[in-house]
Amino acid sequence: MLEIKNLHVKLEDEDKEILRGVNLTVGEGEVHAIMGPNGSGKSTTSYVLSGRDGYEVTAGSATLDGEDLLDLDPEERAALGMFLAFQYPVEIPGVGNMTFLRTAVNSQRKARGQEELSAGEFLKEVRAIAKDLKIDPEMLKRPVNVGFSGGEKKRNEILQMAMLAPKMCVLDETDSGLDVDAMKLVSEGVNALRDGKRSFLVITHYQRLLDHIKPDVVHIMYNGKIIKSGGPELALEVENNGYGDLLAEAD
Amino acid sequence: MALALETDALLADRLAGLEAVAKGATQAARRSAAARVADMGLPTRRDEYWKFTRPDALTVAEPAAAGALNLDESPFDAANPLTLVFRDGMFDAEASDALEGENLTIDLLSAAADIHWAGEIYGTLETAGQTPVARPLAALNTALATEGVLIHAKGKVERPVLIRYIAGEADVILHHVVKVDEGASLTLLETGTPGTRSNTALEVDVAKEGAFDHIRTQGRDHERGLLSHTFARMQDDAEFKSFMLTANGTLTRNECVIEILGDNISAHVGGAAIGDGKDFHHDDTVFITHDAVHCESRQVFKKVLRNGATGVFQGKILVKPDAQKTDGYQISQSLLLDEDSQFYAKPELEIYADDVACSHGSTTGAIDETALFYLRSRGIERREAQELLVLAFLAEALDEIADDDLRAAVQDQLEFWLRNLKG
Repeated sequence: MLEIKNLHVKLEDEDKEILRGVNLTVGEGEVHAIMGPNGSGKSTTSYVLSGRDGYEVTAGSATLDGEDLLDLDPEERAALGMFLAFQYPVEIPGVGNMTFLRTAVNSQRKARGQEELSAGEFLKEVRAIAKDLKIDPEMLKRPVNVGFSGGEKKRNEILQMAMLAPKMCVLDETDSGLDVDAMKLVSEGVNALRDGKRSFLVITHYQRLLDHIKPDVVHIMYNGKIIKSGGPELALEVENNGYGDLLAEAD
Repeated sequence: MALALETDALLADRLAGLEAVAKGATQAARRSAAARVADMGLPTRRDEYWKFTRPDALTVAEPAAAGALNLDESPFDAANPLTLVFRDGMFDAEASDALEGENLTIDLLSAAADIHWAGEIYGTLETAGQTPVARPLAALNTALATEGVLIHAKGKVERPVLIRYIAGEADVILHHVVKVDEGASLTLLETGTPGTRSNTALEVDVAKEGAFDHIRTQGRDHERGLLSHTFARMQDDAEFKSFMLTANGTLTRNECVIEILGDNISAHVGGAAIGDGKDFHHDDTVFITHDAVHCESRQVFKKVLRNGATGVFQGKILVKPDAQKTDGYQISQSLLLDEDSQFYAKPELEIYADDVACSHGSTTGAIDETALFYLRSRGIERREAQELLVLAFLAEALDEIADDDLRAAVQDQLEFWLRNLKG
């Protein structure tokens, strides 16, 4: 599924290397978590995978089902099945949530040579998913993320994920800004999308999200590299002891 | 001196046609306007009021040639309007509906000999609008207009009136007059471009509790120029709304001058413009005078500019000493899609009353890259994502159109033009 090899990335405008040789393979249907202290390169990894401007890949590769991601535009990556749930979902005044969702769904279908969804089909699907995520139908009519609470924004991300049905979901600190109930709701939304084929890369600071979204593999990122990988017990170790010991080992 | 001589020659050229049109109820107004133009002279680049927009193309004797124009369909078909067609600045009776409708009279300026109500308004609002800023080309219009419609709304006119312009290669001067009686209402729609070069004037007199709603869409190729003037005078409890959608054109200057003379009046003017290319120049110049209590005015103008296009906004709210409880709002914003495009804004408030709430704001910005990335990360192509953001930016201006169906029609037109812009 997702294969990252020796990925080196620097900021475009500065001579600052952020990723220094990341290696990571996420197989079909697997859930991987990346943990690590602030500034270790976790969010950068998610941005580079989804094609955000401002970064320069100096070495290495990232492929999705064998297709090179790094040369593609963000929309082309999305059409291939890459999805990033943003840490800070963007507010877009003036663009209706429904218009946005429908344009996105149909753009991807078009890019894959599929027929566009009719208004009726789309509406039916979006309403059903919104109901499961306890998303108020009013929220669908409002401009994208404008005036949404932290929890509503994250649920809106999961709604998009469900509608777009990507192969590879990257969740960038989806737990940030969420209270316990909201985290549970969002996690249930994510778990409902686990079908044995779809893969997930969950980026988080804290172990508690991983109580809800159970990972197969946990990676610790530090200073632009993955310094340790293991099972779910690795997350518990971090929770109990902090990053100190692991980082000391790496340094 | 050389410059003055040149201006005199230009003026003589332009006024040469006066004898042909000066007749009937408007005769006195035309002669006085001609005298005023001669007195003021034509505007030049040195005039403060033309600091950001060069008037040359509007004042030279002959307009630049323009190629054949692909005609846009009227966006207002669904409103089933009473349609008046002007082709090359001439009224096309065959293509137009009959000049009659419920609660209104419609006449042509060229037949205005006996229409005294129009004679009382024609040139009067324009003359009042010359203070404190001289508008010689408006006076020139009053002097030389060859045609126009005179609409008298005597009650609530349900069916909108549409003036549809089909442009050929003429240098067109049109002058419309609208009178809205006490408690009456009228919706006036305009679409298209009158000529290769056009100078239009619209004088609107709204009596007590009258309502006038005006929407104009003007899209054209880059070789055409347009100067439009809207003059409005309003009495107690009247409502006035005017909205303009513009796409392309070498030079567009929309001047709007509103006099609020009665209490509890609301006057809204707004516009959205999209411009593509170095030869696009779009100027909204608005002057609203508050001279009564408890009145509200709004100016909402937005422009999207790319490939070296230029936008201008000059907006003023003048609040006279007795105009207490005035609520004045003004916003002008531009979205520059590249570094070659530019926007000049001159927002002005001049307030002599002490119990008022007036605000103005002006912004110039680039497209929000974060929002663009967000949309693209969901699979929306760059061009379409940008279009969504452009439409979102202009939405606040389009929201000034109160009628849902008409707003949707303007929105459709805007989307069509956005997809079909040059470049």
